[in-house]
Amino acid sequence: MVPASYYLILSAILFTLGVVGVLIRRNALVIFMSVEMMLNAVNLTLITYSRFLGNIDGQIFVLLVMAVAAAEVAVGLAITVAFVRHKDTTDVDEMNSLKW
Amino acid sequence: MEMILFFILAIVAVAAGIGVIAQRSAVRSALFLLVNFCCLAGLYILLNAQFVAVVQVILYAGAIVVLFLFVVMLLGMERAEETPDLRRYQWIVGGLLGILLLVGLVWALLPVGAGAVEALTRTDNAREIGAAMLTRFVIPFEMVSVLLLVAIIGAVVLAKKRLEE
Repeated sequence: MVPASYYLILSAILFTLGVVGVLIRRNALVIFMSVEMMLNAVNLTLITYSRFLGNIDGQIFVLLVMAVAAAEVAVGLAITVAFVRHKDTTDVDEMNSLKW
Repeated sequence: MEMILFFILAIVAVAAGIGVIAQRSAVRSALFLLVNFCCLAGLYILLNAQFVAVVQVILYAGAIVVLFLFVVMLLGMERAEETPDLRRYQWIVGGLLGILLLVGLVWALLPVGAGAVEALTRTDNAREIGAAMLTRFVIPFEMVSVLLLVAIIGAVVLAKKRLEE
């Protein structure tokens, strides 16, 4: 039996990797991937608690988070596509205007 | 056995996570992300959440990573490597802040300890989720469909070319 804290610490490590990815990378696509990784880390936490509290609600939350993540990726990538059409780069340092 | 599987999956997941943020090419990052998602699906099965594990593979590994790869290749950004960084401090500061966050999170999580739980059992996980989703969580469930509709419309509006151009 794996203790709950192992799963939680793994989830903390994955979340931290996502945060570090957002902080150090400048390619918008990789930043998106890091955000996905953070969402997944939180999902792992929710499922861990769902298992160890014997309650199904955590898994429902995970499914809702997945739906939000899918919506976020669709819109985010559309923004990236629109941005690349305009400036031909995915570097977030170039993303300094809200409107053009 | 469960412990061994957990450690294999955990180590591969963390290694793939490091791969995502350390690779220069976005395509490789996306492929490492795929490995990471599949490992998490395995962990979900270990946690007795079979339905979520299957959805994880179909939705994240199947749809989201493919969408990422489509966009990376569509934009021709697979060769666009980040310029060798003049700002090394970004990596140093980011790494230090990450370590700080990790220490904080682990410090907060350590008192959780081991929960007393029976070993893996056969359950009708999908049925329980379906029952909960269509009774107690029916309003969030319906709101998700609205959210997805909004996301579809938003994505189409954002990605289409302007007509007058």
